[in-house]
Amino acid sequence: MMNNMRRGRMLAVASVMTAALGITTACSSSDTGSSSSPAPAETITLTLQTFGGGTNFGYKSAVEKWNAEHPNVQVKYNNLTDSFENVYWPQMLQWLQSGTGAGDVVGVDEGGMGLAKARPQFFTDLGQYGLQSRQADFPAWKWENGLNSEGKLFALGTDVGGMSICYRTDLFKKAGLPTDRDEVSKLWSGGWDDFVKAGQDFQAKVKDAKFVDSINTIYNVVLSQEAAKNGNVTYFDKNQQLIVDKNPAVKTAFDFSSKISQAGLTAKLQNFTDPWSTGFVKSQFATLGCPGWMLGVVSGTAGDRFKGKWDVATVPGGGGNWGGSWLAVPKQSKHPKQAAELLNFLTSPEGQLMAFKEGGNLPSSIPAQDNPGLQSATNAYFSDAPIGKIFGPSIKSLQPTFLGEKHAQVKREVEQVLNGMDQGSVPYGQAWQKFIEAGQKAAG
Amino acid sequence: MSVNLHTERADPAPPPPGPGRHHSRSSRRFWSQMDLKATPYFLISPYFILFAIFGLFPLVFTLWVSLQDYGLAGGDASFTGLKNYTKLLADADFWNAVINTVGIFALATVPQLFLALMLANALNKRLRGRLFFRLGVLLPLVTSVVAVAIVFTQLYGRDFGLFNWLLGFLGVDHHIDWQSAKWSSWTAIASMVDWRWTGYNAIIYLAGMQTIPRDLYEAASIDGASSRRQFWSITLPMIRPTIIFTVFVSTIGGLTLFAEPVMFASNRMDGGATGQFQTIAMYIVEQGFRNFDYGYAAAAAWLLFILILLGVGINYTFVRRIGGSK
Repeated sequence: MMNNMRRGRMLAVASVMTAALGITTACSSSDTGSSSSPAPAETITLTLQTFGGGTNFGYKSAVEKWNAEHPNVQVKYNNLTDSFENVYWPQMLQWLQSGTGAGDVVGVDEGGMGLAKARPQFFTDLGQYGLQSRQADFPAWKWENGLNSEGKLFALGTDVGGMSICYRTDLFKKAGLPTDRDEVSKLWSGGWDDFVKAGQDFQAKVKDAKFVDSINTIYNVVLSQEAAKNGNVTYFDKNQQLIVDKNPAVKTAFDFSSKISQAGLTAKLQNFTDPWSTGFVKSQFATLGCPGWMLGVVSGTAGDRFKGKWDVATVPGGGGNWGGSWLAVPKQSKHPKQAAELLNFLTSPEGQLMAFKEGGNLPSSIPAQDNPGLQSATNAYFSDAPIGKIFGPSIKSLQPTFLGEKHAQVKREVEQVLNGMDQGSVPYGQAWQKFIEAGQKAAG
Repeated sequence: MSVNLHTERADPAPPPPGPGRHHSRSSRRFWSQMDLKATPYFLISPYFILFAIFGLFPLVFTLWVSLQDYGLAGGDASFTGLKNYTKLLADADFWNAVINTVGIFALATVPQLFLALMLANALNKRLRGRLFFRLGVLLPLVTSVVAVAIVFTQLYGRDFGLFNWLLGFLGVDHHIDWQSAKWSSWTAIASMVDWRWTGYNAIIYLAGMQTIPRDLYEAASIDGASSRRQFWSITLPMIRPTIIFTVFVSTIGGLTLFAEPVMFASNRMDGGATGQFQTIAMYIVEQGFRNFDYGYAAAAAWLLFILILLGVGINYTFVRRIGGSK
């Protein structure tokens, strides 16, 4: 009797659950059914997931425009975290692997593209939504990096790196250094050694702020410049072999970072962490390396109080390409068609120019780069610096840096050694050895 | 089911004797026997079913995964036997995490339980606003671990932290970078743990103390025992089972410490540049979900499990001697 009762009850529970599941499946199938029709009856919501500090991808105004024009396809713009390698990417991979959690459109930094390309099972083929037609918009390298190992298009480019130095005019004034951007650029026109010298002059006068923000910002600036001189590779060669110990670009960037740290010019703040963000507000540093997208990080993090106190000068040591991202549609998206349309809009010349206006993110789209508005653009936050003139000429000649499949995890670990060295837990003498070991361990 | 019910109900309560009913009576006896024997198991079964699904299955699955080279980010799994374990036992980073975990555990738990004991003893006395104080010590437990960790991380900030500011008044000009050394990071994390759990343990001790018969104390005071002597000779031995319980719980909690050090490392899993405060739980997550070596992480999880069993066993032999009566 007891057994029968129990079995009966369990059967009842099971049948209720099956019914519930049936309803859910019915729901979701009707959902996709209606959404693929031209005028969906109900509103669907797309989630756009990005990363980065400040204004990050600079999509606020673009998303507002989209939402106003598409009442039935609303976009939720969700910037998850400041840090790509440490937080965003591991979490995203976990979501992609488990089949749930990722948004409908997700941002992928250059450092993650190697792995993303090698996992065709994670992302939707954008070719089936007609995005192949966008090829002419992009430089060849930006386009080709969006093709996965099966040759299918899975991601379209957003922005590119470009390089400059952002500096605080008020702090420069306090140190008796020139504040005009042309004179500041001239200050270190001879290269990085001049930059260090300027830093020492600065530090001699100013005690409560440091010359540069963090060791890993300046390291990445130099690494991207050196990579361009060494076959456009950093931690991996083009056969996915780890070359962290052999690539002269890495060693040069490491040595320079070590030098600037030993000279006492760093604020010892790791970039894209809370103390670093606080450092902007507390004026703990006077300069930082600024790829185009970093302008938005600065303005968004430091806030309106520091508007007009920042300016942009040219970078010592020539151009470099640090950063730049792509957008992709995870396979798990319930509305891949609408997601692909959103992705198409955000990476369009119009969307990229809106992002450029909002955050300074330099467009990768050729029509956007050729837009006369971009060439003449100034940035009010950075004392009306002519950013179109500063970045414009270089963005078309940017060299693509090859980044291996495991780039993000190697980058994360080796930069942690740099931070340890800067903050005193790794002695300078042992740092290079530890740096290589960390890279080798992370590459597994 | 309804048919079955119907026949049972149709059966009249006092069965009239007769040879024809014999079969029915033995079936009734069977069911009433079943009722007596099976019902208790049935009633407690939800726990065991849930435990099997959420406790036992993951445990066994983890063991299975730990014997493979299992990549999380779309890699293939292949059986490697005990390779993960042998690699792990030779991995200096794993042992570093073990040392950190045990170090933070000792630094946190010993003062915590001692303090809790003192606190409980004080709260057990007659004092004004007793309920207020008893609730007060429990208050930290209500706050979320992450909130506690975030606030403490601010307090331990290098440049603008409260503790460095206070130390400045005491003449420590140098800003301590709490994260960068083992001793300072351990202290900071241990203080977070203690802030949250001391009151909890105090309340459990208090509950234990209240079960001690009053007349024991009366007899002791008639014999002229001081209150200190009463504490060591009556209170402590009498609440030994409670102490054993809290030591077990703290051991498990301490060895699986995760949220506090992660928040302290601003969401990173490596616990500082040289892993100064990376705990085993962080190491597992780092291996599994940062480096995507799922099999390796599973092996580390199993070693942690064994370590906890060991830790609990060692602590049990220590704590059993409390009071020293036997």
